[in-house]
Amino acid sequence: MSALTKPLFAGSKAEEQEDPKEHLMHDRMPRGEMNSMMLDSMHSTTWKYWTVTGVLAAIVATCLFYAWYYLIMNGLGVAGVNRPVYWGIFLVEVVFWIGISHAGTFISAILRVLKVEGRRPFTRAAELMTTFGLVQAGISVFLHMGRVWLSYWLIPIPNERGLWPDFHSPLMWDFMAINTYLLCSTMYLFLPLIPDLAMARDRATGWRKTLYKILAIGFRGTEGEWKNLKTAMNIFAFAIIPVMFSVHTIVSWDFAMATRPGWSSTVFGPYFVIGALHSGMAAVAIVLFLIRSTMKNMKYFLRPEHFELLGMLMLLVSMAWAYFYFNDYLVPWYGGDKWEKILTNFIQTGPEWYLWYLMLFCNVVVPWAILWNRKWRRIPWLLAIVGFLINVGMWLERFIIIPETLTINRMPFTWRLYVPAIEIALTIGNFAFFFLLYMLASRLIPLIPVWEVQEGQESHVLRKIGKARISAVSEID
Amino acid sequence: MPKELQSPMDSANPAQDVQGIWGMTIDQDLCTGCQACVAACSMENNVPFVGEVDAGYGRSMQWIRIERFWQGSYPNIKATPYQPVMCQNCHNAPCEPVCPVFASVHSASEDLNLQVYNRCVGTRYCANNCPYQARVFNWRDYMDPRQRPELVTLSNHWNPDVTVRRRGIMEKCTFCIQRIRHAEDTAASENRDIRDGEVVPACAQACPASAITFGRINDPATKVSQAADTSRGSHLLEELGTIPHVTYLAGGA
Repeated sequence: MSALTKPLFAGSKAEEQEDPKEHLMHDRMPRGEMNSMMLDSMHSTTWKYWTVTGVLAAIVATCLFYAWYYLIMNGLGVAGVNRPVYWGIFLVEVVFWIGISHAGTFISAILRVLKVEGRRPFTRAAELMTTFGLVQAGISVFLHMGRVWLSYWLIPIPNERGLWPDFHSPLMWDFMAINTYLLCSTMYLFLPLIPDLAMARDRATGWRKTLYKILAIGFRGTEGEWKNLKTAMNIFAFAIIPVMFSVHTIVSWDFAMATRPGWSSTVFGPYFVIGALHSGMAAVAIVLFLIRSTMKNMKYFLRPEHFELLGMLMLLVSMAWAYFYFNDYLVPWYGGDKWEKILTNFIQTGPEWYLWYLMLFCNVVVPWAILWNRKWRRIPWLLAIVGFLINVGMWLERFIIIPETLTINRMPFTWRLYVPAIEIALTIGNFAFFFLLYMLASRLIPLIPVWEVQEGQESHVLRKIGKARISAVSEID
Repeated sequence: MPKELQSPMDSANPAQDVQGIWGMTIDQDLCTGCQACVAACSMENNVPFVGEVDAGYGRSMQWIRIERFWQGSYPNIKATPYQPVMCQNCHNAPCEPVCPVFASVHSASEDLNLQVYNRCVGTRYCANNCPYQARVFNWRDYMDPRQRPELVTLSNHWNPDVTVRRRGIMEKCTFCIQRIRHAEDTAASENRDIRDGEVVPACAQACPASAITFGRINDPATKVSQAADTSRGSHLLEELGTIPHVTYLAGGA
């Protein structure tokens, strides 16, 4: 244990009076008690839980899987795609869900690497978001394909006919990047889960015991095991950050590499990464609010201070998004290219003009107007509403970038509006599936990384310097 | 080969196995917009009729379309010349590199864009990247008589030389490659070169005004190269550098 200490919160006059027990890290609880609190929340299921799960499962079965079956049997004619809008809401969903999935890695890996203590109770929920978001993105890719039953042709499998995917295609890069990300993020989700699974194994009975026994892969908590686990987690936390940046950059290249007005933009890479973080952070706020207000014992783990941290990140990312959007907007506008001009006019004054204004309102005005205030940032339901609106805005941003931009091309004879059809049902199904996975996960695996919280509580002490009480954290390395 | 059709890459490394580059001229001063080429193309290439509703929603599948615009505002309206647009068979085709499965490929020997129907998985990236919007997608099984009983009689009219495409794949004008192959085979069996004018695509054959000329554009003696070399010639969206093989002729006497 090194003696390095740093103040966790500075002592302004108002905060001096603050009860340190408000901070999770100082509100110590015996290990056994905390463990059984977590397990208790996983075991307790009310009729409300089963109703919501049942409704979600029914929506997934009809809106996602039955509608998908119908789509496959009848062809893409039942969707709203046409010429020139060859890519519709399916691709909007792909970009949206990959964006959602970025928050997990960002919050978990970047905040872990930077040793931000406030991350401790909600890394797991954020990491789950990465995996569950990628599941939805993957489904949307398959929904989009004309002949989905041949999608394995995208995989480079050596075969006797010498057929091989074309690595010139941005779609191929995208396919590789998403698969890499899915594999890395699933492993990265699993590693910090092992000690919690072992904890659950030691306290569970029946089928749960068997399940956790398999999942915990024999973790007993010896010094050597912890050392190896920490090393592995450290490697993954550093390695997954460039993977995360590359994934959404490559997703943006699907558009930026094309020779189309509105798409062929050099700023798309970083702009998409920031956009992904914007929607992802906001989604974490929604999920944390739902966990906190519906699951047992969660008010102990998820506190206003965590929402405050999240609110600050959301505000920061919103500002960064506005900066990149301004770049993406200003340069084509100033350049005055004929087609870019027509496109900008169409987006802002065309039949769907209100979407553009709604996007800016949700993505910039709402977070800037609310999240600057420390008191408001600490209100969980308010943060959930802001998060919802940001997600509406980011969904609209992708809608404007894909179907609306595709409406305008260099052959005006083919211009035509896009009217979504079966995509609406499938979108509802995607969202229901995302929440259904969370519902199931909340009762199967500990949604709060208990060992991380315990580790944090052990490394925090209150020091008295004069009259002030300073929170100090020692690094356990 | 007209100079504007040569890319810098070609002049540095001329392809060794170029047999003949097929190209087309469309004389917009002769075109009357009668749509005979559209009908002939559909019959020759088994292009499905998608029905009123889908056609109205931008899903008509004709490989060639005739564009016309009105200029100015009422009452001072002037119509632009008719402009038949089909796949321009670009030398630098934007549709080709974006296909993840090599369904959209280039014929090096004839500089044609080929679409491999049975390799296509339907990502529709090629259609997005085509600046001419020349590609069409099989949104439904338009040609399946089980799904569209009214087409049962029509199925007797299918051209046996051309694949019938199923739902979920992309297709486009092929410059009537079945006719090109037929002429090549005939010429090879008679041990000679293809004569100028021996290959006539369906659109050119049907055009009552003879506005469409087809032939090898790398041979300066052919009718098509001579027509394309005049000052009346221009290419669609030339500024994109796609080097299309269709030349539009307009503005003549």
